[in-house]
Amino acid sequence: MNRMEFRYLPMTEQDERDMLQTIGVESIEELLEDIPASLRETASLSAIGAPLPEVDLVRHMSKLAEKNLHTKSHPSFLGAGMYDHLSPSVMNHMLLRSEFYTAYTPYQPEISQGELQAMFEFQTMICELTGMDVANSSMYDGITALAEATYLASAHTKKKRVIVSGAVHPEAKDVIETYAGGPGLNVEFTPVADGLTDVTNLDLTDASCLVVQYPNFYGRIEDLAVLAQAAHDAGALFVVSSNPLALGILESPGALGADITVGDAQPFGIPQSFGGPSCGYFAVKQALMRKLPGRLVGQTVDEDGKRGFVLTLQAREQHIRRDKATSNICSNQALNALAASITMSALGKYGIRDMAVRNMQTAHYMKESLKTAGYTIADEGPMFNEFVVDFNVDADEVSRHLLDNGIIGGLPLGTYESARRTHMLVCATELRTKEEIDRFIEVVGGMN
Amino acid sequence: MQHEQTLIFEVSRAGRTGYNLPTPTVPEVDLETLLPASMIRQEAAELPEVSELDVVRHYTSLSTRNHGVDSGFYPLGSCTMKYNPKVNEDMARLPGFAHIHPLQPLESVQGALEMMVDLQDQLAEITGMDEVTLQPAAGAHGEWTGLMLIKAFHHHNGDTHRTKVLVPDSAHGTNPASAVVAGFETVTVKSDERGLVDLADLKAKVGEDTAALMLTNPNTLGLFEADILEIAKVVHEAGGKLYYDGANSNAILGIARPGDMGFDVVHLNLHKTFTGPHGGGGPGSGPVGVKHDLIPYLPTPIVKKADTGFTLDYDRPQSIGRIKPFYGNFGINVRAYSYIKTMGAEGLTRVSREAVLNANYMFARLKDAFDVPYDTYCKHEFVLSGKRQKALGVRTLDIAKRLLDFGYHPPTIYFPLNVEECIMVEPTETESKETLDAFCDAMLQIVKEAEENPEIVQTAPHTTVVKRLDETLAARKPVLKYERRQPSSIN
Repeated sequence: MNRMEFRYLPMTEQDERDMLQTIGVESIEELLEDIPASLRETASLSAIGAPLPEVDLVRHMSKLAEKNLHTKSHPSFLGAGMYDHLSPSVMNHMLLRSEFYTAYTPYQPEISQGELQAMFEFQTMICELTGMDVANSSMYDGITALAEATYLASAHTKKKRVIVSGAVHPEAKDVIETYAGGPGLNVEFTPVADGLTDVTNLDLTDASCLVVQYPNFYGRIEDLAVLAQAAHDAGALFVVSSNPLALGILESPGALGADITVGDAQPFGIPQSFGGPSCGYFAVKQALMRKLPGRLVGQTVDEDGKRGFVLTLQAREQHIRRDKATSNICSNQALNALAASITMSALGKYGIRDMAVRNMQTAHYMKESLKTAGYTIADEGPMFNEFVVDFNVDADEVSRHLLDNGIIGGLPLGTYESARRTHMLVCATELRTKEEIDRFIEVVGGMN
Repeated sequence: MQHEQTLIFEVSRAGRTGYNLPTPTVPEVDLETLLPASMIRQEAAELPEVSELDVVRHYTSLSTRNHGVDSGFYPLGSCTMKYNPKVNEDMARLPGFAHIHPLQPLESVQGALEMMVDLQDQLAEITGMDEVTLQPAAGAHGEWTGLMLIKAFHHHNGDTHRTKVLVPDSAHGTNPASAVVAGFETVTVKSDERGLVDLADLKAKVGEDTAALMLTNPNTLGLFEADILEIAKVVHEAGGKLYYDGANSNAILGIARPGDMGFDVVHLNLHKTFTGPHGGGGPGSGPVGVKHDLIPYLPTPIVKKADTGFTLDYDRPQSIGRIKPFYGNFGINVRAYSYIKTMGAEGLTRVSREAVLNANYMFARLKDAFDVPYDTYCKHEFVLSGKRQKALGVRTLDIAKRLLDFGYHPPTIYFPLNVEECIMVEPTETESKETLDAFCDAMLQIVKEAEENPEIVQTAPHTTVVKRLDETLAARKPVLKYERRQPSSIN
């Protein structure tokens, strides 16, 4: 390709000559001579291929994208930690203000007040929803945030036994177990009864924490007050992973005794994007403030007494404390925290409740319609926007049949638990219409 | 004096709204019939009540109080603040990438999986590794994943006594932090007078308890570890593994590959070298590449091509397990893939060559005005010391703040820790000679000011929306959220 066709590279041949002259060398190669010659010889990138002009690139990328069925062309009943929700147009427009997305971490506060204030507002909104005292400015995602919560609890209580509800997301179970391999924590899962954490034989002796999900993986709403009591009686911290949209109507974990509440703000307009990036949040009660992982923004004043914002309590963090840090986290999901903040601002105090109620009504309609059509709801009880339906036939087959008919079905649960081979976790958000739900039931009814 | 920026909560007025829900199609049912009263929230979450225009004005106003690469030069050392191509943003927003659910049947996401396999192969080629996982969410997550792989490898071989990770004194803070979180102890290796790993110190500290050496190369001083082949030999002969912190790989594309240097594990930050935007702190993506003998331990699932199409492999008995829900920060990976396809092999090689030339050019222009701890050709970044200016009462922090008045984001300061009053400059390849010259001119003017009129530097910045902020107050009396007025019931 001609030199000037690399539109991101401004260096002209004249520039190169002038710069080499200033340095006092003949060629760029002279600047690379400290790299052993054997290394330079083998560094070819032949498998990468030729550069693509923009039009060709868009054609190539579009071709790949078009091989995927997406939820804007096919109604989706998948949830399980990643949700198809409305995303106000205003969110994407504000997100594309490139002063936000092309900025680094706000280490120079005087020219980063926009980002810092947005994060301060995000922290406030998360505290409001969760009923917690302090929230950080984001984590990678809800599930790694949950794993980090087990670290915090274990460091705080100096105990290594981690008790996790059997009704948390199966991928959360896996991640918590992998994370436990670092500091050597022992993870145990509670039994599940009727789709809820079984509290009857809960042994929390010497446990650092009890971890539950709210609403849980099966869509059921755990009795947090009872679980919190059990945890606290045993001297353990109570850790709740919560869908923040559900907190528009559900009593907050903070009000029900949670010491740590984590979750994922993806439901606030963040695209599903094949699972990431989403937006973890991490909130604690005041007593745990100095043990939080990740970045925190605090309010202060400048030399003229004017309000401003800075990264604060950095003595917790890796770039100051190195091997004594509370976590190794550095990059977070700041841009997605901004996206969630914009959506939460647009929804506002009443919108978030209305949207949560609409989710519940839509899922309720679907559940009742399935019952009317003769299907059983597994572990029926109060729910938010997800529930488990038992089709009495292999749910993978139901999923395939739905897909053949242009519908992205719910999640077959047999992959996770063989006893639930006929079960499907179904999600109906505010975006699903009566017509789509009726069609789902009609298509499933037409199997055989 | 500019006005104080209002918070979104202060703009809020009861009864205002900025949303619509879709037209209802299902019956409206009272909340009270769906949920027992005990489960219903008693106190409203006080989110702001604002109109859509309020939202737009608020966030637009905030954006104008923020400096990004699009606003101006951002030579923040070790952060690779290069241009973030616009088309990548468009590509990540294609509905077939942005609106796919991770648990859809595999036959409905073949294009996404194909892109991931293609990207894995490209990153393996660039780094000289045998296999790559795209799962880690960011650099530190990648470091931790890589160290967990090394731990699993040693344990599988019965080497449970390898509990120590060696880290040079010039390393990023995430290195020792990740090592500790992975369950290791860290041992610091000294730098020598060249700014490189002190081989004698390394040889003294490496041993039967060594799990790995973590190394950045070129290191954080911008210097290539010329003894890298010897270092690799020393570590391998002791039975340790070599970990490459490739957070910033902007000097090595098509020039030298970590795999060929002898590294066993590599992580890359796609949000640095490969133009994923930093987003004000994230999201990133921190893929990990490994040599053959570590492949069995890679996190599940592995994305691969099978006879029947692209698929996810969970059947990995020796895997360390899952480290992240779903498959990593896919949206960031789309952007990096789009960038690699745009540049091709030729473009990527030019990226590194020009990044190195830009850095050496700036170093040549600035080195006489500052103390220079290591006067040698650098790679993609270089360090200066503000010791001479400090003697005049002007600290590196003051120089950084004064640069704000010239419209620049300052370089990284006070890092690496082994250089006094450190100033770490990384121009990247996407900046023109005129930009580099203007920045150098500003630096030289500030040096002159430090000699002739230090107060103007010591009291900088003078032109920003706020002046220097009281960080001590922020830490001593933490105010971490907006304290709202009276709580109110929602029902």
